Amino acid sequence: MAAILLHAAEQGLVYGIAALGVFITYRILAFPDLTVDGSFVTGAAVASSLLVYSRFDPVSVMAIAFAAGALAGLITGVLNTRLGIKDLLAGVLTMIMLYSINLRIMGRPNISLLRVETLTRAVGRSVPWLGDASVLVFLAIVVIAVKLLLDLFFRTEIGLALRATGDNEAMIVAHGVNPKTMKMVGLAVSNGLVALSGGLVAHYSGFADVGMGLGTIVTGLAAVIIGGSLIRSRRIGWMTASVLIGSLIYRTAVMLALRYGYIVGFQASDLKLVTSLLVVVALVVPAIRGRLMRRVDACSS
Amino acid sequence: MLVLDRVRRVFQSGPDRVVALGGIDLELAAGDFLTVIGSNGAGKTTLLNVIAGVIPPTEGRIRIGGIDVTAVSAHRRARRCARIVQNPLTGTAPSMTIAENLAIASRRSGRRLRCAIDRHRRSEMAEMLRTLGMGLERRLDDPVQLLSGGERQALTVVMATLARPDLLLLDEHTAALDPANVARIARLTRAFIEDLGITTIMITHNMEQALELGNRLMMMHKGEIVCDLAGEEKRRASVGQLVEWFTASHIADDELLLERSH
Repeated sequence: MAAILLHAAEQGLVYGIAALGVFITYRILAFPDLTVDGSFVTGAAVASSLLVYSRFDPVSVMAIAFAAGALAGLITGVLNTRLGIKDLLAGVLTMIMLYSINLRIMGRPNISLLRVETLTRAVGRSVPWLGDASVLVFLAIVVIAVKLLLDLFFRTEIGLALRATGDNEAMIVAHGVNPKTMKMVGLAVSNGLVALSGGLVAHYSGFADVGMGLGTIVTGLAAVIIGGSLIRSRRIGWMTASVLIGSLIYRTAVMLALRYGYIVGFQASDLKLVTSLLVVVALVVPAIRGRLMRRVDACSS
Repeated sequence: MLVLDRVRRVFQSGPDRVVALGGIDLELAAGDFLTVIGSNGAGKTTLLNVIAGVIPPTEGRIRIGGIDVTAVSAHRRARRCARIVQNPLTGTAPSMTIAENLAIASRRSGRRLRCAIDRHRRSEMAEMLRTLGMGLERRLDDPVQLLSGGERQALTVVMATLARPDLLLLDEHTAALDPANVARIARLTRAFIEDLGITTIMITHNMEQALELGNRLMMMHKGEIVCDLAGEEKRRASVGQLVEWFTASHIADDELLLERSH
């Protein structure tokens, strides 16, 4: 049981960075961005191939993975803001393009990292006294650092303009900001984080696979929605914290479902179906609740 | 300061063509305060939208401060030209706090990765809000969506004038408020305009307001300027006179057009 929880916490943290990326587009920019299913793999592909083929050090491959993801986000941004393609379709197009590009980067459908010094393995070796917890501690430090940096970013002049772009686009135009530029910035940061998450997942699990990004948007949304329903603060620090907490809860639930789900006839392959249904329920419940409230109001008045 | 040179705007919806602006010539000097009245569909809002760059003109040129801005996008024009519309929800970001909204408004270009709100800025903001007398200085960290319509519009006025624009465009910005707030926001707007000496165009449905405020008054009808009073002429004009013009313009447009130019 303890091993399961440790595993769930590690996964919650490492996928939490991708959830923060989804949070930026979905919550802050109100831009449903499907690029993430591709950029997650791009991060994993870059962080793996550079390690295996080019002998880069594990830290710089993560920085390059972030940059590659940011570039992917910019492609969606150009498609949407400069070429006028609808947000959903722009993301889908980039995601499909990335499938080919990711295969090019890796040179084959998957790369094994079992025989190279990955970031997580290097950490485990440098702090042996932490034992099994070393990866968890390392990931916690990385994730908290990312969260705090993101909070700082959202308090800068550009960060505020970015948040206002999703909140009231007409208002931000009236204050001299080009909303197109802000969407590009948001998409770049978001997909950069998703790719960083992909890179870390590859190092953590010891392989990169061209299909590993499938459903990144849905699991990211699950974390954002679970966290948002528990912590309803509008303060940016609490909002980013809620995403990470949502990710931890989601991954724990997944772990428990995989471990004990057989009791109710649950298979590992059902996971994406269940996750998507969870997101559907989470999206529909507030709407139904609102309709019920109105009906109650109408009856009582 | 502001020059409109034969500005036309035609809206085409299917086979119908609506001439919202029929070749407007207008010149405002720095510090002018122009009030605009006219019936619905007279082209008042289109005029402000064209000046703000939200709608491109079909023909004609617009110059602000000697610079031709006809092809300049709305967000770039906003650096020198602020606009407030009727709906109090339009001018502020609802889920962000009062302080954050003010921080966005305090800078119209050259945004960087630097902290937007420090302690010094907060005390400046509180000081500024205190002059409104609405208690908003104690609510700097409240999301704007918790404010009433009047409070939100007051904040919008502060935000519009914060970066000291050269030109202020007011599109019936008190029309959606209750009577107490109408007077309050009107007083507030006037104080800001007079303090900062901003060149202003204000659309209003209230003829008394149109006469009381500003140094110039213009009546529009069917995309044309049908009367334009300035200085002494405006000071002597009465509501009765305006109503007379107003009704006359509906009956005999052509006569009034002739009258205007002489």
